[in-house]
Parts: sequence; C-alpha cells; structure tokens
Amino acid sequence: MSAEVTTRFDKAYIEAYSDKNNEPDWMKAFRLTGFEKALTLDMPKPDKTRITRWDFDSFEHDAVKSNAINDLSELPADIQKFVDLKEKQNLLILKDNHLIYKHATEGLMNNGVIFTDLNTALKDHPELVKAYFMTDAVTIDEHKLTALHAALVNGGAFVYVPKNVVVEEPLQAIFWQDQKDLALFNHVIIVAEENSELTYVENYLATHDETKAVANVIAEVFAKDNAKISFGSVDNFAHGTTSYINRRGLAERDAKIEWALGQMNDGNTISENITHLLGDSSVCYAKAVSVGRGDQIQNFTAKIVNYGKHSDGMIFQHGVMKDKATAIFHGIGKIVRGGTKANAEQESRVLMLSKDARGDANPILLIDEDDVTAGHAASVGRVDPVQLYYLMSRGISQQEAERLIIHGFLAPVVNEIPIKAVREQLTDVIERKVN
Amino acid sequence: MSGSTLEIRNLHVEIEGKEILKGVDLTIKGGEFHAIMGPNGTGKSTLASAIMGHPKYEVTKGEILIDGKDVLEMEVDERAKAGLFLAMQYPSEISGVTTSDFLRSSINAHREEGDEIPLMKFIKEMDNAMDYLEMDKNMSQRYLNEGFSGGEKKRNEILQLMLLKPAIGILDEIDSGLDIDALKVVSKGINKLRNENFGCLIITHYQRLLNYVTPDYVHVMMQGRVVKSGGPELVDRLESEGYEWIKEEFGIEDETVGE
Repeated sequence: MSAEVTTRFDKAYIEAYSDKNNEPDWMKAFRLTGFEKALTLDMPKPDKTRITRWDFDSFEHDAVKSNAINDLSELPADIQKFVDLKEKQNLLILKDNHLIYKHATEGLMNNGVIFTDLNTALKDHPELVKAYFMTDAVTIDEHKLTALHAALVNGGAFVYVPKNVVVEEPLQAIFWQDQKDLALFNHVIIVAEENSELTYVENYLATHDETKAVANVIAEVFAKDNAKISFGSVDNFAHGTTSYINRRGLAERDAKIEWALGQMNDGNTISENITHLLGDSSVCYAKAVSVGRGDQIQNFTAKIVNYGKHSDGMIFQHGVMKDKATAIFHGIGKIVRGGTKANAEQESRVLMLSKDARGDANPILLIDEDDVTAGHAASVGRVDPVQLYYLMSRGISQQEAERLIIHGFLAPVVNEIPIKAVREQLTDVIERKVN
Repeated sequence: MSGSTLEIRNLHVEIEGKEILKGVDLTIKGGEFHAIMGPNGTGKSTLASAIMGHPKYEVTKGEILIDGKDVLEMEVDERAKAGLFLAMQYPSEISGVTTSDFLRSSINAHREEGDEIPLMKFIKEMDNAMDYLEMDKNMSQRYLNEGFSGGEKKRNEILQLMLLKPAIGILDEIDSGLDIDALKVVSKGINKLRNENFGCLIITHYQRLLNYVTPDYVHVMMQGRVVKSGGPELVDRLESEGYEWIKEEFGIEDETVGE
C-alpha cells in the first residue's frame, strides 16, 4: 500500500512545490532527502496494532490558496468557538495549510518572540528553523512516515521564545482543514530558551467528515535550561482522516514540559508522545485523554525517558471507548543508566462503555539504574455500578450519572487546557463523542 | 397525617446468594425518628442498602412501599425522587466531579427541566449548610469524597441530606469513625431537619449518637429480623445492660446472620 504514495510524487513535484513557496535551498534539499528515504524505509510498526490496511495514500497535497481574513468575525461559527473573541490573543489560523489570520500582541513582538507559521519562519528565520527542523528531536529516517513528512510538509507553526522571556498569554494555533481530501503534513517547532516560559495550545479540526484524507503531524518541543513549556492540544480530525501524530519533547537541566493532549480524532490514529528528560532535575508531565467511537482503531504511546539525575516523569492517560472502537494505550517509562534518583510514574486507565469496544492498557517500565523510584497503575473496566448507585441515590438519572463519571474521568486533562474557549470546546467534543 | 410513610413488609434480602434479611417489618411515618440498633453482622446496613436499591442486594420476598407506591419497582433515582435518601456508610469517591457540581446536579434532579436552581441561590444554600456543619468551604471544589477523611465524608452526607430535604432519611452508621465534636455537628444537622414532614431511620450500633438525636422508636435487629421494639427508654437499657438480655429472652446464641 504505502509504496503507492511515493509513486504519486516525484522529485520534480517536490522541487516545484518548494520553489513555489520560496523556501531556502537547504529546505528543498531536505525535502528531496526525505523523499528518497521514503522510497526505501518501512512503515512504522506500532506495537499491537496492524496498520497494513490503513489508508495513508488517499489524499491531495497542495490546496488552492485560502483567503486571509481581517477579523475573526469572518470565521464560520464552528471555528470561532475555539477562540476567545473578547481577548485579542496571540493566535495563528491556518486554513487548508495556508495562513489566513495572525495576531501577536505588542509585548510579544517587543520581547523578540517569534510566533508565526512555518512557511513565514522559513523565509524570515531560515537558520533558526534549520537548527531545529528534524535534527535532534524527530529524525527524518525513523520510518517511512517521518521521511514522507520531511518531503511533503505543507503547514505548521514556529515558536521561539528568547532567553529570560516569560510569555504569560497563551499562544494559540488553529489548523483547520476545510478542503475534503487535503492532507495535512503539519510541522510545529517550539523553542524555549534558557529561563523562558510559554504556553502553547493547538487545535486540529476538520469541517468535513467521510472523505478520505491523511494527517501526518509532527511537533518538536525544546525546553532549554530552566525553561518551562505548557503544551495543550485538541486533535479532532474527521472520521475519514487517517492520522499519524508524533509529539516529542527534549528537556534540559531544570526544564519542565507539561503536555495536556485531548486526542479526539474520529478516524484511525497512531499517536505518540515521547519526552526525553536530558538534563538533571528536568520534569515532564504527560497527560492525555481520548475517546474512541464508531469503528475507529487507535494506538497511543506515551513515553518518557529519564537521562538526567533527579529527573521526574509522570504519564497519565485516560481513555473512554464506546461502540466498536479499539484502542491500545502504551505507557513507557524508561530510566537509563546514570539517571540516579530519577522518578518514573505512570497511570493508564481505560473506561469501556460498550461490550463491543476494545481497550488495552500496556504499562512498561524499563529501568537500567538502581537508585530510582518508579511506579505504574493500569486498569481497564466499565463504569463502576456502585458509583452509579451513589449518584443515582441522589435522584440523578443513570444517563446523567454516567455523563458525570465520564467527564470526571477525563477532567484531569480537560482542566489543564489553558485557554477557556478551547477547554469548553474539548468538553463539547467529549460530550458529542460519548453521547 | 403529614409527610410520607415508608412501609417495609416481610422483607427478605440476599447478597451473592446468601440470605441476610429474613423477614423485616417496619413502618416509618413523617415526623417520626426511628433507631435501629444491634450488634455488627445482624443485617442493619443490608436493610438500608436494600431500601435504596444497591446493585449487590437482591430482594427475594416482601414489599417496600412509600406512600403506597412499590419502591422495589423503582430505579434508584426514582426512589430518590419519591422521597428516599440514604446517607451511606461508605460513600463512593468520584474523581473529576466536584462536590459542588454533584450537589447542584442532585438538587436539579429533583426539579423540573427548565426550573433548575439559579446558581447564586444554590451557592448561598450550600454555603449556609456548610457553615451550619462547620465544613471547610474549599471542600465544595474538591472532587466528590476523593481524599476526604472519614469525618468529612460523613459531614458531606449530612450536607446532601440538608440540601435535598427528603421525606424519609435513612442514616447508615453516620456516627462510625466520628470524634465527639464531629458527632455533635452531625447531630445538629440531623436535628435541624426534625419536623412533621420528615421521617428518619437511624442505623447505629453505638448508643452515643442517640444521646444527641433522640429517637421516638427503637428497634433491635438480630439474625436478620427486628426482634425487639420500644421507645427511647430501650436505648438506656441497652446502654447499661448490653444485648445479652435480649438474646436470652429470645434464646439466641449467635446474633449474627450466620452462614
């Protein structure tokens, strides 16, 4: 199957695409390297999910240009909901891979923060992008999909916060797919220099449904010494979209990366979130929630690797499965030799709402150092009848009681999402998916 | 007659195939406070759970009626709406659901759609009741019963009782694990509800609670039945003499339900 995808494109197409977007030469060369590697590399092999029949081939790559908007009121209501309209916030909106709206506060600009779409960043800050684009976090040759990503990247965002700058207002990026069959090869780079802080929230949404499309999304997140990054997301690709999502973080000394991921796609999805705690006393909290419905198949990996001494990793993933949905949640805590006093904790829980749904939690601890602490908890179960009884004994109907329990089960991540409008939308998406 | 009437007739209840209640008869009317006493393992809590409809308890024989309506035909939420309330011995912990949201959902469940309690009114009522029970207000923003101490859970049960104002309240060992100060506060909450429209069934195996909440009727359970009923003077006799005299009176050697 995946051999097909590479035959639909050729070097001439990729060169022309790069030229059309006025990319620097290194980027064009990088794309061509990616294309060559994609010809020979294998597809990823997510543990315990067979993806050989998944459709990563049916998509269009280049969209007609979308028109920019001057005011958020021009957005359709479905998209507007994700934005705090009252506050004029730091916001990027890409529609069908093209930037249609951008607002950055004056304070942000004055501090030397870069917050823009990838295409603009490639023109305005080519060397900076080059230093981080698929170099140290995700590499081009991990498998066919990363190579193909490098070759075909067609959207994304670039965030750079200089040393000692604390960005208090969240930075939001909305990636909106409107053209039915358009693929999103989206690449997000976030760099927080020494002692800096930022909060970033991204939304992936599709306003179409059944048409086949592909999402191949990579985010690379770099927290330098003592930097702090909060990364929130709501993924909501449509049923027809097959998704490969890879979010990776590198945390240096005393740095902290917090993930709060709402994994709400309706189509088949591979999603991996890996953080390397490179520096001593670095910290990562990786929290994610998911809801599976219909016949979708999903494979989630949350992994934290402790290299640094006293580094602290905590994985938390809760999933709700209904209908005939299938999902596996891998939680991997790894402590390498030398990571003394490191801590690796994880909790993976799956709540099953129907007898035809399938969910598995697969906790793994890989520890090569003696002087560490680690723990894991995993469970797969149904709504607890005694909890239901307790709520119902106060007059609450069974349906409402189940709703409360499910929202409560997912609340630890929903509550972490820093932008109110996005938090509410995530709650709405959950509501739609579970009812 | 005011309030509601709860009638329990010849109730037999099993848990996992084992019969625990072997024919309980009891009638509670509005305005009446009944206490059920007895040693551990005699079926007191089973009676409370069976009335409310706990999923593990199966009624095999007998009737429960509230104002003549068949409680056993009702779902658990319908029993609550019919006027029953059970303050549980072991309330569930529900992660991610704040106590405040739960209380509001509970109150609204008793109201018509479109007639939900206004938020400010709800907060005021909740705050007043929490003050009365000397509870930390932050508790309303904590997840329901999660990480609550034993005493906090019990106060939270009484808080719900005060806000929901049921016709019949059943208190299942509300006094267990409480220190004397907490016991006084909880008793104060129960006594505040005392009026002709409120009937109450207090299950305990300590006399202590009944020093603060005086029952009109006292029943002693042994071997899954009510073996003795009387007035508040029965509490005093049990206090001074224990249960041995009742066992002797009925020729009971082992008061528990037994295997």
